[in-house]
Amino acid sequence: MAIRRVLAVASGGGHWVQLQRLRPALEGHEVAFVTTHQGYADEAAPYRFHVVNDASRSRKLGLVLLAFRMLAILVRERPHVIISTGAAPGYLALRIGRLFGSRTIWIDSIANVEEMSLAGRLARRYADVWLTQWPHLETPEGPRFVGSVL
Amino acid sequence: MIFLTVGTQLPFDRLVRVVDEWAGKSGRDDVFAQIGPSQLQPKWLRYQTFVAPGEFAKHVAAATLVIAHAGMGSILYALELGKPIIVMPRRSELNEQRNNHQLATARRFRELGRIMVAMDEVELLSQLQCLQIPSSMPRIGRFATDEMLKSVRQLIEG
Repeated sequence: MAIRRVLAVASGGGHWVQLQRLRPALEGHEVAFVTTHQGYADEAAPYRFHVVNDASRSRKLGLVLLAFRMLAILVRERPHVIISTGAAPGYLALRIGRLFGSRTIWIDSIANVEEMSLAGRLARRYADVWLTQWPHLETPEGPRFVGSVL
Repeated sequence: MIFLTVGTQLPFDRLVRVVDEWAGKSGRDDVFAQIGPSQLQPKWLRYQTFVAPGEFAKHVAAATLVIAHAGMGSILYALELGKPIIVMPRRSELNEQRNNHQLATARRFRELGRIMVAMDEVELLSQLQCLQIPSSMPRIGRFATDEMLKSVRQLIEG
């Protein structure tokens, strides 16, 4: 198995909890985590850990700042693979990471039961793999369903 | 101890007020609340606006019941630690959240039989008043299923 550099990105709260439930799938690779609060550092250990500002669609300046911050992290980490369970930080990681040639994986939050999240819909064109955690949301044009974190 | 949490992003005063009122009327002094970025000053709850992630897990672990907004973080923590949880969904028309996905989340997880749901304050008060806290609850595993982990690993290594 070739060891990959994997950047795993999730906002704090439910997005982070879901990403951590997938952690065994990352083991053995060179992993770095990105999230929106320093308090998650202990959970990220022993992997590298970056904190970014928590921006959302309604605060444009925050998003611009976040984009620059994400760019800096991507330049530093140069991941082969970027995986995210959302939300805005994940979208930006995928969008910018794609430019660097990273393989990009979006796993929409399990909270989005009736439709893909906004960030997920926006991330679609930058995602090599675009997943939902609900089988009834799967369509031939995407998203795909391969399981859930539950 | 009962642990009330509204998540880190936004206040959820409608939920906090109901639980505060109930705690006062039922004479409970063992409710601890994480009330988010709120101006409220509950009378009958011990409260903090924010609880660090490590502390959050400890509060859930120490609780006999979790009352929460219908956020996935709260729900997953409760399920992982085998704690009964009652959720009340945030509503976008009340500016409690940007969209109404918590309604859908709450309904679906109630259907799966994993959580209790109160759609509004009236329902919540009524559920709290007839409260019978189960002594133990099934726990979900700490990680996703082996099948899901294998699929994700293949997608990473692919």
